[in-house]
Amino acid sequence: MSLSADEVRHVARLARLALSDDEVTDLAPQLSGILGYAEQVGEVAAEDVTPTVHPFAPQDVTRPDDPRPSLPREDILASAPEVEQDRFAVPRIVAEEG
Amino acid sequence: MVPEGVSLTGLSAAQLAAKLAAEEVSSREAVDAHLDRIAATDGGTPDGDVWAAPPADELGPDHVHAFLRVTAQAARDHADDIDRRRVAGEELGPLAGVPLALKDVLTMRGAPTTCGSKMLDGWIPPYDATVTELLREADIVVLGKTNMDEFAMGSSTENSAFGDTRNPWDLDRVPGGSSGGSAAAVAALQAPLSIGTDTGGSIRQPAALTGLVGAKPTYGTVSRRGLVAFASSLDQAGPFARTVEDAARLQTVIQRHDPRDSTSVTDRPPDLLEHLHDGVDGLRIGVVRELQGEGYEPGVEQTFQVALERFAALGAEIVEVSLPHAPYGLPAYYLIAPSECSSNLARFDGVRYGNRVDAPTAEEMNAATRAAGFGPEVKRRIMIGTHALSSGYYDAYYLQASKVRTLIAQDFRAAFETADVLVSPTSPSVAFGLATKTADPIAMYLNDVATVPASLAGIPALSLPAGLAEAPDAPGSALPVGLQVMAPLLRDDLMYRAAWAFEQDLDFAPLPTGPRAVGGAA
Repeated sequence: MSLSADEVRHVARLARLALSDDEVTDLAPQLSGILGYAEQVGEVAAEDVTPTVHPFAPQDVTRPDDPRPSLPREDILASAPEVEQDRFAVPRIVAEEG
Repeated sequence: MVPEGVSLTGLSAAQLAAKLAAEEVSSREAVDAHLDRIAATDGGTPDGDVWAAPPADELGPDHVHAFLRVTAQAARDHADDIDRRRVAGEELGPLAGVPLALKDVLTMRGAPTTCGSKMLDGWIPPYDATVTELLREADIVVLGKTNMDEFAMGSSTENSAFGDTRNPWDLDRVPGGSSGGSAAAVAALQAPLSIGTDTGGSIRQPAALTGLVGAKPTYGTVSRRGLVAFASSLDQAGPFARTVEDAARLQTVIQRHDPRDSTSVTDRPPDLLEHLHDGVDGLRIGVVRELQGEGYEPGVEQTFQVALERFAALGAEIVEVSLPHAPYGLPAYYLIAPSECSSNLARFDGVRYGNRVDAPTAEEMNAATRAAGFGPEVKRRIMIGTHALSSGYYDAYYLQASKVRTLIAQDFRAAFETADVLVSPTSPSVAFGLATKTADPIAMYLNDVATVPASLAGIPALSLPAGLAEAPDAPGSALPVGLQVMAPLLRDDLMYRAAWAFEQDLDFAPLPTGPRAVGGAA
């Protein structure tokens, strides 16, 4: 299939990627080419085939339910771009009421 | 026996381990010799506790640039500790004191892990990957972290945000990818061993292009905990080495069930070393009809045919097998891997780790951070994957590809009824020139055509040197060609056994030669 520039912008929004206009222009034919190549999988008759997500049959693995220490909170927060009151801090998510 | 005139960096891991065990040489001496070799061939400034490679635009044309960071002081300290314990009579593992290079996609506590991406530049992981823990438990000394295609997406290491890695056989050519740094380090004698990761061929293809042994173990036998995920149903860490036995020894160290990885399996292949030397007399070696012919360079094809004659001369029975759905492997892979990538890389949102670009709202911050942090190939794959998983397309793309995956696994099971192991060329080409394939994503993807089927089936597969061949663009050149050996699930032992017999017969010298080979005496 062929992706238009608008479709590329739509997918970029879903993927949370702020693409420049130049990137959109470059990506539209590249993505169309890759998808066109990948669409060969449609030639295979596979209606009744079970999909594979792991090469082994699913195994149930259990372990004793023993409490163990997790990583120290300060070690985890040390990696974060912004921390406030021992929490990850982010910009506003909900718009201010008009 | 150590060959006359070969220094510590020219030894295999097994040879070095024997000298260490006999206390003919200390681990500290071995580590220092490899650090000196890195300083002489890799670029970078070996001062202080750690050294980082120079910026991409300051890399010299004669530098390999295998390492992103060398943790020199930590390596020396670890070696000194091993030496003390050896002198004190402590029982140590078979590879204790041997140095190793670790791909920068596996976490190591206290040292940056970048995955070759600006997104993670400066991130210091708070824990060791399980593979890193097992290496430390075996007293293998990590020298540093190696360059790679960004988030392991690529076949040339040219997608790193921190500059290219060069092929030690010809510094104007690529080392393959995505584990190009780990391959180049071992080929350039900077380390006798390294760890890479393989999703669709990212260990096997660079091993082929740099004249090494590189193995992708059976999926699920090596823990993925601490391996920054690209495509979770395919990613698997494995060894690089200059000999088959070294690779088998290193794989033995890292394969263990891990309750902290939900895809880790409890089964193990039989001992990889016990029957390593049993030979291939009477072994049925299957030649995969679909993994040769059109698209493979003449030099690769010819070397492969000679390899089959060698196997036959060793007493193996050569049989032809068919994997009818193998031609659909690459198209299926380029739906499955990007889909899983788009999901896995959603975690890089500028909140919990990595870098952030500030913006007024959370969504704008996420999008600006990701736009600035990811390179072009990662963006392409996120876009393909997001589209393939989006409403209305899932059935035709990801689901259909996962069904093709089942059919490929069934093809392999049928083939293994008539053959004990399967062989093919590892890569359709020898090492290609820097910047010759970067403009055409599909041309780059075709590097994986022979390696992807085994990845989709989860079976073990390795590449080992089959000889040297001329590159089509360089008359008179002689570059390594890889032979791929594939075995049934959990029969990694059989794969190594066939490879060892071939290696002994070929007597390939894994020391780069040629006018643009990495300089300096070994």
